[in-house]
Amino acid sequence: MSNLRTTAIEGTDDKGLDAHLIVDRGTFRLDIELTAAPGDVVALLGPNGAGKTTALRALAGLVHLTDGHLRLDGAELDRTPPESRPVGVVFQDYLLFPHLTALDNVGFGPRCQSATKAESRAIAAEWLDRMGLAEHAGAKPRRLSGGQAQRVAVARALATRPRLLLLDEPLAALDARTRLDVRAQLRRHLAEFEAVAVLVTHDPLDAMVLADRLVVIEQGSIVQEGTPADIARHPRTDYIAQLVGLNLYKGRADGHTVTLDTGPVITTTEDLQGEVFVAFPPSGVTLYGSRPTGASARNLWHCEVAGLETHGDQIRVDLTGELPLAADLTTVAAAELDLHQGALVWATVKATQTHAYPA
Amino acid sequence: MTQLDTSDAAAETLKGGPGRRRVRMTGRGVPLPLLIPALVGLAFLLLPLVALLVRAPWRSLPSQLTSTEVWQALQLSLFSATAATAVSLVLGVPLAWVLARTEFPGRGFLRALVTLPLVLPPVVGGVALLLALGRNGVVGQWLDSWFGITLPFTTTGVVVAEAFVAMPFLVISVEGTLRAADPRYEEAAQTLGASRFTAFRRVTLPLIAPGIAAGAVLAWARALGEFGATITFAGNFPGRTQTMPLAVYLALQNDPEAAIALSLVLLAVSIAVLAGLRDRWMTTS
Repeated sequence: MSNLRTTAIEGTDDKGLDAHLIVDRGTFRLDIELTAAPGDVVALLGPNGAGKTTALRALAGLVHLTDGHLRLDGAELDRTPPESRPVGVVFQDYLLFPHLTALDNVGFGPRCQSATKAESRAIAAEWLDRMGLAEHAGAKPRRLSGGQAQRVAVARALATRPRLLLLDEPLAALDARTRLDVRAQLRRHLAEFEAVAVLVTHDPLDAMVLADRLVVIEQGSIVQEGTPADIARHPRTDYIAQLVGLNLYKGRADGHTVTLDTGPVITTTEDLQGEVFVAFPPSGVTLYGSRPTGASARNLWHCEVAGLETHGDQIRVDLTGELPLAADLTTVAAAELDLHQGALVWATVKATQTHAYPA
Repeated sequence: MTQLDTSDAAAETLKGGPGRRRVRMTGRGVPLPLLIPALVGLAFLLLPLVALLVRAPWRSLPSQLTSTEVWQALQLSLFSATAATAVSLVLGVPLAWVLARTEFPGRGFLRALVTLPLVLPPVVGGVALLLALGRNGVVGQWLDSWFGITLPFTTTGVVVAEAFVAMPFLVISVEGTLRAADPRYEEAAQTLGASRFTAFRRVTLPLIAPGIAAGAVLAWARALGEFGATITFAGNFPGRTQTMPLAVYLALQNDPEAAIALSLVLLAVSIAVLAGLRDRWMTTS
């Protein structure tokens, strides 16, 4: 049966994923193009409700495409039912079958692909062994820890030898400590995986550690895609800027000065012309209680404190005013400035801390 | 309201055992306007059962229960209730799945029709069965002329009548369990290469087994006590269609002691059923 799972088109050898997913749900429309070569790990990153999970379900065949196409290794899959797609899914809460042991959960796929009971168990045992779970083969899911259950779910998805592996928030259900271990393991398994992997996450760290390429989705459309490093350095929407922890503004550059659409001017080191983004990290902002004497008027703004929160060992200050921005400072500095909601401060940023790039 | 209890109980079990957070009022005083009707209600429910035990002809009981008629009625009752339950399972579980897992216009209306026998007076059900499957019935005339099958006034007729009355209990119970069960398990099975039917057989069915068992017991108990539809559709022939409830009713006219003895047997069966379901209903809040 397994060789009947896809109807390969003769003469095409375009390996990997080539998809244009359009799902129309009246109030919500998903429209994204997604391509990936075998061995690629693509992360769909986006806020809740952006359509990440819908995209994943469309790839798995659990949601019908309204329009567009879906090709995997040259085979058209648009109308293929989920059970006939060479696709493996790791669900967010794993959905391990509670009545089956870890071994039988992993063996479920091979068994459905017409392996005999003994064969499927042998395959499952091998996968569990590879995941370091050999001694838990006989355990029911409820007896497994979160990290173990996650690995069983990954083994179960991989045991069908999929050409496309889908992972829906693979680390979201884990506590912070387990997460670190499991993330490292998952990274290793994804690196070994020879076909296309697409993972969905709203955690930028997961996305950057696990994926070679990020696709950021907002409101059903792709707003930016690229390597993790590129996206971290050149965010193009407020959502991404917030994720990677940068202040982001859009404006018109004329040499070293950028005039923002809202009025303020930022001096940058880059020499650019036309529509640009300017980004700088909150840690690059210095706050003063009164107008700093002797400082140049460049990149100096009068702001009001809108909110304070601890951010690691620092204080993240949200400022409104001429230029809304976030600033990070030490607890001591925050205490000395007597920061509180409504306090008026002066904020400066050195031009060398800013980074401008064409929009 | 039985169907609600069932689905809730079934839902509880699926979610991992009965809820343990019960709010206890005892010790803080129950208001009299609630306490008095509660006690009267309790007495009202228990008194008849107590009376049955008080007036039971304990001395002649062994001979009563070993008489041929009693044995015949008991055997017939157990057989037909079990057969009706089997029919309900074979037809009712798929029906419950369709009602719970598919969307089609008129689904709500169909569901209401399925539950109709729950509220329909059983005698009316019996009349309806006669009109449908009787010798001159809408379908029955063809069964008779084509296959020579006659249902009314036969043991098969008893099974049909009981299944008609009992199946809705099973359907409602299983449907409730299915609705409470996470349909994404079926999706997970599908992504692993299982067809929808394989997913149902290997994943859903084991997951909802407790709900099916509860529904089956409920249907069985209902079938065992069936009177109206049975006597209307299948008649009252000893050894052929005379089930325990019919025997009790008949005995009450000629031989009250025998009626009490038979009633005791049915009471014992009911208590046994309740004991079997103890963990499901008596401990859920």
